[in-house]
Parts: sequence; C-alpha cells; structure tokens
Amino acid sequence: MSAAAAAGAAAPSAAAIAAAVRSGERTAGGVLDASLAAIAAGDGEVHAFLHVASDAARADAEAVDAAVTAGRDPGPLAGVPVALKDNLCTRGVPTTCASKILDGWVPPYDATVVERLRAAGAVVVGKTNMDEFAMGSSTENSAVGPTRHPKDRTRVPGGSSGGSAAAVAAGFVPVGLGSDTGGSVRQPAALCGTVGLKPTYGVVSRYGLVAFASSLDQIGPMTTTVADAALVLEVIAGHDRRDSTSLAEPPPPAGRSLDRGVEGLRIGLCRELVDGTAPDVAARVREAVEALAAAGATVEEVSVPEMRYGLSAYYLIAPAEASSNLARYDGVRYGLRVDAPDVASMNTATRTAGFGPEVKRRIMLGTYALSAGYYDAYYGKAQRVRTLMIEAFARAYATVDVLVGATAPTTAFPLGERVDDPMAMYMSDVCTIPSNLAGHPAISVPFGSGADGLPVGVQVLAPALGEERMFQVAAAVERAAAERRGTAGAGEAGA
Amino acid sequence: MTTPAALGRDDVAHVAALARLALTDEELDRFTGQLARVIEHARDVAALDVADVVPTAHALPIRNVLRPDEPEPCLDRDTVLAQAPEVEDGRFKVPRIVGEAP
Amino acid sequence: MSGEWETVVGLEVHCELRTRTKLFCACPNVFGEEPNTNVCPVCLGLPGSLPVLNEEAVELAMRIGAALHAEVRPSSFYRKNYFYPDMPKDYQISQYDEPINVGGHLDLPDGSRVGIVRAHLEEDTGKTAHLGETGRIHAADYSLVDYNRSGVPLVEIVSEPDIRSAAQARAYAAELRAVLVATGASDGKMEEGSMRVDANVSVRRAGAELGTRCEIKNLNSLRSLARAVEHEAARQVALLEAGGVVVQETRHWDEQAGRTISMRSKEEAFDYRYFPEPDLVPLAPDEAWRQRAAAAVGRLPAERRRGLAGLVGEPTPAQVDQVQAVVDLGLDELVVAAVSAGAPATLALARAANELAADLEAALALDPGSFAALVVLEARGELTATQSKAVLAELVAAGGGDPVSIAAARGFESLSDEFLRDVVGQLIEANPGEWGRFCEGEDKLAGFFTGQVMKATGGKADGKAVAAELRRRRN
Ligand SMILES: [Mg+2]
Ligand SMILES: [Zn+2]
Repeated sequence: MSAAAAAGAAAPSAAAIAAAVRSGERTAGGVLDASLAAIAAGDGEVHAFLHVASDAARADAEAVDAAVTAGRDPGPLAGVPVALKDNLCTRGVPTTCASKILDGWVPPYDATVVERLRAAGAVVVGKTNMDEFAMGSSTENSAVGPTRHPKDRTRVPGGSSGGSAAAVAAGFVPVGLGSDTGGSVRQPAALCGTVGLKPTYGVVSRYGLVAFASSLDQIGPMTTTVADAALVLEVIAGHDRRDSTSLAEPPPPAGRSLDRGVEGLRIGLCRELVDGTAPDVAARVREAVEALAAAGATVEEVSVPEMRYGLSAYYLIAPAEASSNLARYDGVRYGLRVDAPDVASMNTATRTAGFGPEVKRRIMLGTYALSAGYYDAYYGKAQRVRTLMIEAFARAYATVDVLVGATAPTTAFPLGERVDDPMAMYMSDVCTIPSNLAGHPAISVPFGSGADGLPVGVQVLAPALGEERMFQVAAAVERAAAERRGTAGAGEAGA
Repeated sequence: MTTPAALGRDDVAHVAALARLALTDEELDRFTGQLARVIEHARDVAALDVADVVPTAHALPIRNVLRPDEPEPCLDRDTVLAQAPEVEDGRFKVPRIVGEAP
Repeated sequence: MSGEWETVVGLEVHCELRTRTKLFCACPNVFGEEPNTNVCPVCLGLPGSLPVLNEEAVELAMRIGAALHAEVRPSSFYRKNYFYPDMPKDYQISQYDEPINVGGHLDLPDGSRVGIVRAHLEEDTGKTAHLGETGRIHAADYSLVDYNRSGVPLVEIVSEPDIRSAAQARAYAAELRAVLVATGASDGKMEEGSMRVDANVSVRRAGAELGTRCEIKNLNSLRSLARAVEHEAARQVALLEAGGVVVQETRHWDEQAGRTISMRSKEEAFDYRYFPEPDLVPLAPDEAWRQRAAAAVGRLPAERRRGLAGLVGEPTPAQVDQVQAVVDLGLDELVVAAVSAGAPATLALARAANELAADLEAALALDPGSFAALVVLEARGELTATQSKAVLAELVAAGGGDPVSIAAARGFESLSDEFLRDVVGQLIEANPGEWGRFCEGEDKLAGFFTGQVMKATGGKADGKAVAAELRRRRN
C-alpha cells in the first residue's frame, strides 16, 4: 500500500477506536497491529517516524487489554495509537529533537503529557520527525532528513511538527502530539489536512517538552476530527505541579459544545489573517465564514493591526529564549561530545558539529537580540509589542467571540523551495504567531483545498481559556467542510 | 530611541563566540546576510515608540507558584552517568578548564 | 601633597540556605553525599525539565531581609547566561533587576554601620575537582564534576563599599554570619562552603573618588578574607605609588603564598544576556507572609549584645570583648539566666567568655542554676579562681550539679585568712633574698611568691588574697 493510498483511507477516529476497545469489539493489540502495519507499509516514503517503539507500544496495548478483560476502566483513549513529536521526553525511548546533538539520548523520565496519555489508555507508537529543536516550518531542518507530504511527496508537510501531522494525515495513527511555538502544530496540520490545536498557554504542562521558546511553547494534538482534538485536550490538560507556568484550572471540557451550532455567535473575519495569503487560501477562508453566517452566526470583518508586528516580535523573542535554552547542549552531561583539549573548545566543537544551520541561525539571532547594547532595542521592544498585541486582541474580543482567518498563507510548498531563504520560510508562520505571543488558543480545521488540490486550513482563534467557544466554531467549520465535500456528516464528529 | 545599526560580520562573529559556535569564513558571510535580513525586518519593531508600554514576559498573569520544601527521590546515579560522554569516579569528566567561573 | 591611602571594600556574600530541598527541585539539600546522588532532571538541566520555586527558600530570604532592615519587594527571576561545566543549564537562575530584598544595613560591634545594596535569591552551581599534579585549576589535566550542590538555594548579600579596613571586612563577615545563623537561614559553616565571600577592593587617597577595584573570589574563612584584603590593598598602593595603574579584574587568593593572583587567562568577553526567566512566574509575597517571616527572625546578635552589656552597666573594653564572645558562642542566654538566679554579672560574663568555648555543645546544655551557684561561691571567696574553673569544667561535663559538693569532693575547702597569713610569713622567712628584691620594687616577684603559696596550699589559695597580703607586708 502506498503512502498516498494510506492517506486516502478513511481511518477511524480516536473516539471510535476508544469506544470499540472499551466495548471489547476490538483489542488494543489489534488496533496497534493495524497501526504498525500501516507505518511499515507507508512510512518508508513519508518518513514521519524517527523511532517506532514497538515493544513499549506492545506493553501499553497489553495493559489496556488486561484492564478491559478485568473489567477495569481503560480510560477515554483506550487503545488509541498516538505518535509523539520527538521533543517530548519518553523514559527509555530515545528523544533527539531530530538533532545530532541529542543523538542517542534516552531520557530517564516521561513528559507529563506522556504520563497522562498512558493513564488514559493511549498507546505510544513512536517518535516523529520534526525540524531540529522545533525550529522550522517544513520539517526539512531535521538532521535525519525531511518528512514528505503524504498526499504529494514532492512537497513539505509543514513544520515543525511535520512528522506528527504526516503520521495522522497518512492514516498511521489517529492522534499525533506536536508542540506549537509559532504555529508548529497548526501550520503542518493545515498543510497536511488534519485538525491541529494550540491550547491556551499554561493549559497543557510543558514538563518534559524539550524547550524551544519557553514563554511561547505549548503542546497540542493533531487529529482527524475536531471532536478528537477536544477529547485529547481533555486528557492532557490540567494543572501540573512540575510546571510553574501551568494554570491552576483547565478550560471547561469542550466536548459538549461541539454540536451546539453557531447561532447567535459573533464571528470576526480577521483582515490580517486573510490579506496577504494566497488567493485560493483566502477564498476558502471567506467560504468558511460564509458557511458560519449561513449557520446563524453574525459575521463582521475585524482588523487587529498590531498583528503586523507579530513576525518581527516573534523572531526576536523566540530565538532569544532558544539561545539560552539550547546552551545546555555543551557535551558535558549527555548527548554528543566532540573532543578538544580544553572544555571551552570542546563545547564549541560539540555545538558546531551538533547543531544544523537553522538552529545556529536562531541561536545567533537570539544571542544578538539579548546582547549588551541591543537588548532594549530588540528583546525589550519585542516584549512591549507583545503587550500591544494582547491589548489589540482584547479590543477585538470586545466585539466578537472568535476570530477566523487562514492558518498558513499557502498550501504545502515544494521541498527545498525555501530552505535557503530563512525570511521566506519564517513568513509561513505569519498567521499563527499572534496567538502564541498572546498566549491564546487557536485551532486549524481542514476546509477544502487549494488550486493545487492540497489541503487548506481555516484557523479559529479565541481569547485565553476560550477553548469551549473555539471548539464550538471549529466543529461548525468542520461540518461545513464536510457538506462542501458533499459527504454526509462530518466524519466521526459529534458521534 | 534611535534604532541600532544594521547587523554586520563582526556582530555575527561576536555572537557566535558568545554562543560557542565556530564559523568558517564562508558561513560567516552567509549567516551575516541571512541574519541581517531578519534584523532588517525587525526594524519595524525596533523603531516603535513603546516606552510607555509595559513589557510582557509571561502572557498570563500568574504569580507566586511555590513548592513545599519536601524531598522526593532522586535519579539513580548509574542511569544518569550512563548518558554521559565521559565519566570517572562517579563524576562527569571534562577536559581541562581554562579560566575560573566569572 | 595627597592624603593617606584609604582602603575601600565592598563584600558579596553567598549564603547557602538551610532548606530541606534545593531551590527549584525536590532533591535533598545536604552536604557531603556521594557525588551525583542528589540529582534529578531539574538540577542536572536535562532537556524538558522545569524549575519550581521552593517556598521555604523564599521564607528564609525574607527573614534575612528583615534581619538586615531591607525592604522586601515583589521580585522576579532572570537567567544569567554563561558557559561553565559546573552549571548544568549553562545559565544561572538569579534575581537581577528585581531582587527580593533591597537596601538595609548591618551594624557592627564597634558601632560602625555598613549599608546593604541587596540580598537576592539564586541557585548554586555544582562542584568541580581539578585532577592533575597540583590539584589546581590552571595545572589540571582534566576536571570532574559533581552536581549534588547544583541548585542549592543561595542568598547573595551585596554590601555598599562602606568598609574601610581588612579588620572591618572581617568584622562585617563575622557579624553577618552571626545574623544569618540567628535567622535560621544558615548553619554558618564556612569550612563547608555554607558562606562564601567575594571582596571588591580598591584604594584611594582620603577624600578622593573611588579607585579601580579588583574582585577577590571565594574567600572561605574570616582569616583568608582579612589577609586577602590586607594584601590586595597593599598591592594596589604599591602599584599606584610606583606610577602604575590598577586594572579592573578578578583575582584569586592564594592562601599558601599569601597573595592575590590575576585569573585572567585569556581575553573572554562576558556578556551575561540577562532576561526574565520564562519558566518561572513573578514572586509577590503578601503582607501577612512578610510579617510572619520577619516575626520568625530570632533575636539578632546586636540586640543580644546590648542585653548582655546592660547587665554589667558600663562595660570596660575587655568586657565589650567578652560580651561579643559570649554572644558569638550563643552563651548569652546562659549568662542572663545565671544573673537572674543571683550570680554577679561581671564574673558570670567573664567565666562564660573564657572558660566555656572548649566544649561548646556541652556548655550550651549547662543548667543555668548550677552555673549561677558556682559563680556565687567564687564571688564570695569560697572558691579561688583556679578551683572555680575546675568545678565549672566538671559541671559542664555533667550538664549541671551542685558546685558545693563537687568542691568538697575535690577537697576545695576554702582557706582562712589567718592560715594564709601564716603561710605567706613562712615563705618570706624561707626566701629572704627574693623578699628583699620584691620590697625594693621588683614587682614580678609577686608571681614567685604566689606560686610558692599555691604549691604550699595545693592550689587552694586565692591568688588575689595572696597578692593583697604581699602588698600589705611590703608597705
Ligand atoms: Mg551571585
Ligand atoms: Zn534535583
């Protein structure tokens, strides 16, 4: 079976799998077998996985099946195969961030999200490819080679969580976890045609997520349905005493809002998230908003002009934090070491050999933004712009409940097209960055395709902890997309 | 505030040294060009008059997150040292240190 | 003509806090364990780990602030970025622009006051051992790193450059240590590195602007501190008088050689790139907590010294020293209790200052009633000083007891005045030459006669009474 064929298969949703495993209709072991078989058949070409943890997955699945047999509750994700971005720490399973510098590193602990997934009955199938240390928008910055778009192998899957997005889009697993610092869950989700969620900052614990830019990083699910994204969020959300930035209370569960419709909701079509996007992408966004209006929502066009500073602010703040977060890869305690006669030369030799060019670019950029004489002009300014952004969002949300726009300016672009032009690559994140800077939730929902036949994602943005409203609208977009395809119902959503 | 000068080759060499990265001459040229373009783009932000705006370090207003002073189990030393490039006598071994900590 | 040279010193003291766990993780904060056994993902800086602030460390930092009369403020943490192998994240989490304690002062026993700039929270680094022929860093072949100390909570106390001599620097550090112990924040064990001092030293002509300073790192005893300041100031004066200039730099104190050595090995620019620590949130203790912390501060040494000195009225310079010694030893409560049980303050103070340091732990457990009874016996002349000290040693060893029965058991019955006069008379007759010279003014022979009396009485005579009898006979 080819990857393209796999991508076309209508894989069952996480909710459907969990229901079947809980009822005894299917076993977790059987579900895992199917997933491993799909990976074995298709991943040679897609290259979504860096590491398939068959043994650990088998143990997870057996535990679920044993619970079902014993009449214990196996959890809301019983038997659901999950792929983890390789920046999520897994005890005893290599975690490399697709970097040479962490080659061979085996964490002695599990990330909080991994613990929570397992406790909910999920089966961790393996670790997925990514841009090195989550720095990139195409998964081409992986030290072990790019992931290819499941529907067109000459194209990128987006990034940096391109491996997880491709694994879901290819039908290998119903759920992938990614991390979103400037759009790294939503942008690849849009490009691959899956749902991708970035929760409110602080809703999901970052403990065990290898840091890129700590004040922006947030873990989020990639799924085939909006309902699955809500289901996975419920499992992984919630306070964690090991993360000081973790919020005391998770947002209210979203599942019940999915079928509610959008009648009476005020939808803002965000001008900055449409202007400047490719015409076919802009057309899909407008169609999605029209569909919401047809479903009873009030629609108005809203401008958040401060969004135009988002890209600049982001490419100062994120590299600055990254330059510090990545200092620890020095060849002393774990990972790569390149020998040299003294410790400083050893640090330099190790880091020079271990990091790829994009990581070096961002480390240098961030070092520059923080260095003496430039802090106030760059990092300091960017932090103040962040305040302006939050205030601007607050003004917009005084008149509308959610904002809608494009997730990415274009559909999936050809491999190699932007690798030598960092600025062009950075522009891929222009629509997703504002939510990271503000700490707000946003979700990308597949809605039709572009002129090239590749998926387009529509983004729904909400204020902090506004996940319930956001899901309510996202589900409506999903229903509209299904109607547009002329199929009956929106997959498993709301089932 | 005036915006700072454009980023040049010397700046890149300086930050590379601070970040413990070695660059060839060719890399230095290439990175200078690429980073200068990013910094050029960031001039829109650098040029803003935002002196009256409070900087945001944390998007959400959380305060006073504290942990009780209660010990928990540590990692097993063998597990920790197994990940190290070089070990001696229960400790991490590193080449000669030139200069003391600042 | 310029004025005299003046030494100007500011001190940075790093104090390890006596918490059960580290500053940002739940690893035990203990000294002297096997290397790399008190470590976890957080204090090893493993990818994905995150810091969470220890409540007790904040409490202790606020107590230190209260003891130093500082203002306790809302604060936040920053990252100080630099590469060093004992620092697992290659940045130190420290308070920078917004420290928890701002301003304040410390009053020294001599009455001088040293201003405090700030006292902030930060994490300690691991420990590096340098292996090679000398065990010194510059000659080492390689180094070994132990991260047990990594993440131990520190409060760094920065003084104003108000200190004007090596002796004052030493007095400041000693007083600060006593204050830190009194707050419960520190065990004060400099030999275990619980308190480490960096000295910023410069010299100037009196009244001139501040000179260029050098920083001397990691002075681990009061003696090293005083010597290092003394030598560094002398080095700078000699340099300036020879027409040279002082270069601002960090210098290392070589205890054996008794001099400071430049540590600049190669030109490395330090640019710490401080920025707000995004993994931690701001700290803003409420008024109630701040008050609780201030109330938990024990009585401070200055206050205890005042209380003790008050018992003797107008203390002589020797008594000022005794007061300080007794407070430093923590024996002031014993003295106060003995005095309220009827002991004369002067004698109780003297005995506590001079006789109880040898076995301090036992002395701290001594029953004040027994101590008071002994001091009363001595004051009444029923025991000589020598006898009293012997009985005291026994009381300390036993934790208390009846000094009268101990004295009796040792045969320390007091000598009658008449008997003493007889003994002195017999000794004068037996030593006419010495007596003649004593009468002609050779005062030191009083010691000879006192010794003879002690020998004759088995040490039971009162030295003072002997001296008085000798003077009476000479006149
Ligand atoms: Mg310090
Ligand atoms: Zn620890």
